[in-house]
Amino acid sequence: MLTAILTLSLQHYLILSAIIFCIGIFGVITQRNVIKVIMCLEIMLNAVNIALIAFSQYIVPVALTGQIFAIFVMVVAAAEVAVGIAIIFSVYRNRESVDMENFNILKW
Amino acid sequence: MLELVFFMLAAIAVISALGVIVVRDVFRAALCLILLFMAVAGVYLLLHADFLAIVQILIYVGAVSILIIVAIMLTRDARKGQPLGNLKYLAGIVSLLLLGVVAYGVINAGFTISATPPVEPTVGPLGEKLFGDAGYLLVIEIAAVLLLSAMLGAIAILREK
Repeated sequence: MLTAILTLSLQHYLILSAIIFCIGIFGVITQRNVIKVIMCLEIMLNAVNIALIAFSQYIVPVALTGQIFAIFVMVVAAAEVAVGIAIIFSVYRNRESVDMENFNILKW
Repeated sequence: MLELVFFMLAAIAVISALGVIVVRDVFRAALCLILLFMAVAGVYLLLHADFLAIVQILIYVGAVSILIIVAIMLTRDARKGQPLGNLKYLAGIVSLLLLGVVAYGVINAGFTISATPPVEPTVGPLGEKLFGDAGYLLVIEIAAVLLLSAMLGAIAILREK
């Protein structure tokens, strides 16, 4: 039983990815600083990448499909951070604050 | 041996991910985030994804964290930090439930593990898979358009009216 837990397998990586993803979800819901919310989004994207690469390694080790998907996840993450921080700056310019409470401009 | 490395990297990743949430000072939280990115790059190396580990360090540790730190530096009251919002118990229950469901599913799912050894330097095979025949050329074009539009969008949002 203990050796089954201790020998490295696909499940180890998937559970590590799930733990990090859930920490990210908790942060996205609870944080009130917008920059911290973006940081937690990055944590979630990294967790997804761990799962994709683990699947790629253990299930399709030659086709490398998961690694290719992880590359595109990184592309989307980079674009998301750039646009997200631009939005933070433009709201900060109007409201002088980075608190989530003040990000309600889109409400009627 | 690899198990020891994995568990150390996992501990570093989980603790630094918790640190991003728990640490009040936003700048220190950003440093925790960088540590998390490095640990994740180590996990990629354990998974024989050498190219992605390097890309992780280049893009996340090099670029994304710098963007986030610049955002922290340029917003005035960001440094002092705030307590968690009033949703924390609900959020804790939801994320723990999600973790339980995912862990149950992962442990009980019967994945068909491939027996072939992994390709070791992945740079060449990844390039052939991405740009070769029946590859992902259209997706790469779309990704390029996405990056360009994100760049133009960021400039357009930030331009002084």
